[in-house]
This record gives sequence, structure tokens and C-alpha cells, in this order.
Amino acid sequence: MAKQTQELTCIGCPLGCPVTVTLEDGRVTAVAGNTCPRGEAYARKEVTNPTRIVTTTVRVAGARSGAPTVPCKTRADVPKGRMFDVVRALRAVTVCAPVRIGDVVLADAAGTGVDVVATKDVD
Amino acid sequence: MERYDIVIIGGGPAGLAAAVAACDAGAHGILILERDGQLGGILNQCIHNGFGLHTFQEELTGPEYAARFAEQVKQRGIEYRLGTMVLDITPGRTVTAMNRTDGLFEVQAGAVVLAMGCRERSRGALNIPGYRPAGVYSAGTAQRLVNCEGYLPGRRVVILGSGDIGLIMARRLTLEGAEVLAVAELMPYSGGLKRNIVQCLDDFGIPLKLSHTVVDIQGKQRLTGVTLAQVDEHNKPIPGTEEHYACDTLLLSCGLIPENELSRKMGVAIDPATNGPVVNESLETSIPGVFAAGNVLHVHDLVDYVSEEAAAAGRAAAAYVAAGCPVERSGRAVPIRTAGGPRYTVPRTVDPARVGKALTVRFRVGGVLKNKCVNVYFDGERVAGRRRPVMAPGEMEQVLLSKALFDAHPALQTIEIRVEEA
Repeated sequence: MAKQTQELTCIGCPLGCPVTVTLEDGRVTAVAGNTCPRGEAYARKEVTNPTRIVTTTVRVAGARSGAPTVPCKTRADVPKGRMFDVVRALRAVTVCAPVRIGDVVLADAAGTGVDVVATKDVD
Repeated sequence: MERYDIVIIGGGPAGLAAAVAACDAGAHGILILERDGQLGGILNQCIHNGFGLHTFQEELTGPEYAARFAEQVKQRGIEYRLGTMVLDITPGRTVTAMNRTDGLFEVQAGAVVLAMGCRERSRGALNIPGYRPAGVYSAGTAQRLVNCEGYLPGRRVVILGSGDIGLIMARRLTLEGAEVLAVAELMPYSGGLKRNIVQCLDDFGIPLKLSHTVVDIQGKQRLTGVTLAQVDEHNKPIPGTEEHYACDTLLLSCGLIPENELSRKMGVAIDPATNGPVVNESLETSIPGVFAAGNVLHVHDLVDYVSEEAAAAGRAAAAYVAAGCPVERSGRAVPIRTAGGPRYTVPRTVDPARVGKALTVRFRVGGVLKNKCVNVYFDGERVAGRRRPVMAPGEMEQVLLSKALFDAHPALQTIEIRVEEA
């Protein structure tokens, strides 16, 4: 694989440095444009293994307040490229009230190995 | 008439933190009045994560953050009434409110904490030309529809304004299957946090069009499209730069305005720079015994700072009650002046005798400033300073002034916060 570069914006602080990462055979060989070590660490992770917490809602049945949905999140980061898979897997899910914060809504969401948990109590 | 030591207007993050801190400072007879059917305020619809890093050292979602504070309120047995609309507060701190169980009722408060939060700038306030079809929402309304009511407001979306709620909704709508075509921002910089630009727009390839605005809205019954155009340095659309977007939804994320109808009606002095009350070091407004905190005071970026500020207001309210609710304000009022960038400060005056361990002064700058130093002068003498590589209107700044600093300057007349070349 040849040399390639990727342009990123660092999110470490409000400065928002434009960072250029050079990759050779999938390995980071240079990071430029950052003004501090945090920028380099962020850029390395972001090009090799970017991850995100996914937050969304699922249907809830029998809520006393009449709420149609309960908010939820992945308990840990999932690969950035799997975000849509997680949301799609949750479309088929309906939980029954009562629900407590931290209750597992969907175990091992979309095969990521990460559970999706409720983030609100619904009576 | 019912009597309470402290009545808190609003059960969002500011009201909850004020109540908990007032209780922990020894106040009894605290009552929270909340308009919505649950405690937590706007946090209930902010289902994304990123809350609480300062307060709880972990990243929580909005509902989780709200639940932690609501739990603290319940543990302390602090009274609250939901579904309760406050209609009037007199300068003598008689609160008139109504709800379905009590009807119209009055409460006499020893101290009042204003914690009503803020509202979004509406289409009417933005003067956008074009028709008035269905499909134009404030970003926060869309957020409530999607996250709390379970509705998707539309399929093809344009967002005007790059405030954080707009950015968050760009991601949320995309995840829910809508197509977000563009985010247009009038200013040459975004009003949102960097992290949100990256994780809500860049992650999904949504273009951010800086120095652009909506110049036309099409569709008579339902929105059918909008026209964006680039603007010049005077924010005037440049002819020939128009681009048409066929869409069924336009979200507006163009700024938040503290909700001070009640404060204005009771005669609280308002700072035109913040649209919130003018306050002293105790976060006390121009009316003795009336305190303010959170987004009703000035719009914040981070809820952690709202909680911190509101806790200070709660403690101050408890101290006011403990002192027997003095009618006249005593003590000094050293003004805080600014130069070189800050648009305002909260607080505006300081009584050095009432500063606890330290005083946090919060402010925002009016434009993007790079490589500056925030210097604090006591009567012309530089007493503190901090380098800031970059400051932007979208990110609140703060300086911490220690009690020792005030003790070392007993004859202090003026405090000045200057943004100067580094």
C-alpha cells in the first residue's frame, strides 16, 4: 500500500488544529499541524481506530407517563464505522416499563460486543 | 399564605443544583417550582453524551446527569411541584403560581432563586424572508420531537445556524435515517464546540457552510426547499451565490436567549449584553434576596458550569435567609470592567467581604481572538494572567480570583479584565 495522508481537526481543545496524518501501509509515519502532544495522540487514534459512543432511543411499552421512547447509549465506545449498524439493530427493539438507568436494552449490539443500556428511568 | 425560606423557579440543572447546595448550607423549607412534568429541564431531551466530565469525572448523557441531581434533591427531602407555572413574583418575593392540584396559589419566599433557563431565537426574530410553511422548526423543538415524542420531523433537512443544538441534531437526524444536506452559518466561524463539528458533521460528511444564510424559504403548505447564499463582511447576501436545496425541513439553531419575563416584570435590572440579570458576587440581582443562576443568567456551553454557578447561588440564598433576609443591601460593590474583548462579565460587581475561597468570573468574547493573554488588574496593578491560544464567542471563558487576592487589596476600587497581546 502506498503513502496516503488524512486531514483531521483536533478536538482536544477550542484551538481545533488542522492535523495532517501520513500513513504508509496503514501505519502512521508522520503527524503534522498539531500544537501539542494531545493532538498527536488524538490523530493517531482517529486514523487507526476511531470509536464513538452511540446515543439514541428505543421504543418503550407501558410507560406511566405515556412516553413512547426511552433514551439509551452504548456502554462503551464502538468502532465509528459501526454506528449505523447499532442504530439499525435497535429499531427492532421494544422494552417494557419499568426501565432503570443502566438496564441492558440490547446485549452485544450488532455484534460489536458492546451492550446498549437505558439512560433514563421510565416507570 | 404558604411560606418557604427559599423558592426556586425552575427544576432544570440550575434549580436542582441550587436546591441541593442551599440545603447542604443549612437552609430548610426549600421549594422548587417546575413547569414541566418532570425534573431535569432541557437535559431530558439532550440524550447525547458529554455531560458531567467536571462534576462526576465521567461522561454522562443529559438524562443521566439530570437523574443524579434529581436523586440528590429527593434524598434530601426537598419539596418540588411539577406541572407548575409561575405567573408572577413581586419585589417583596411573593410568588404566584398555578397547577392542576393546587389551582392558583401564592407562596411567600425568604429568598428566590431564578433558574428559568433560556429559549431559542425564533424564526420571527431572525427575519428570514419567504413563505411560512410547516416544516420550519427550532433545533430544540426538533430535538424534543425526536428524542422524547418519538417523531421524525422530516426526511431532507437543512440547518441554519451552527449552534451546538443544531450540530447535535444534524447527527441525531442522520442516525434516524434523515438526510441532512447542509448546515449554514452566517458568521465566518461556528458558534458550536469543535468536538461537535467533528463528531456531528465531519463524521457524516455533512457540509458546514460558513458565511452563508437562508435567503428564501419555498413551499406554501409544507416546506419544499430553501435557498442559501454566501454573505459579505457586512452579512449581506452576495448576488449570484444562491444555491437551492430541495428539502422538507429547516431547523434553526441561531442562539439562545435567557428567559427573563418574570425577572423583568418584577423589576430586576437586565444586562443588555447577556439578556440576563445584572448580579453581584453572590449572584444576587438588583433586588435583594433574589438570586439567579444558569442559562437565565447567561447562556452556558457546559452544564457542569451551570451546576457550579447554581450551587453558589443556592449557598448565597441560604446565607441571605440565615442573615434574616435584610431589606437593605450592605457592603461594597467593586465594579468589574473589561477591555479588549470580553462582552460582559458575570458577576458585574464584587463585595470582597462576601467572597468565599475564590470567586469565579465568567465572560464571553465578541469575536475569535488568537494568542492573547487574559489579565486581571486590581486598581491598575496586574494581579493575575493566563495565556489563551484561542478564544471564541462559542466558548465561555473564566478567571478565578482567590480570597487572598482580595485580602491583599483592602482598598480595592476597580477590577479590570483585559484581553491583551500575549
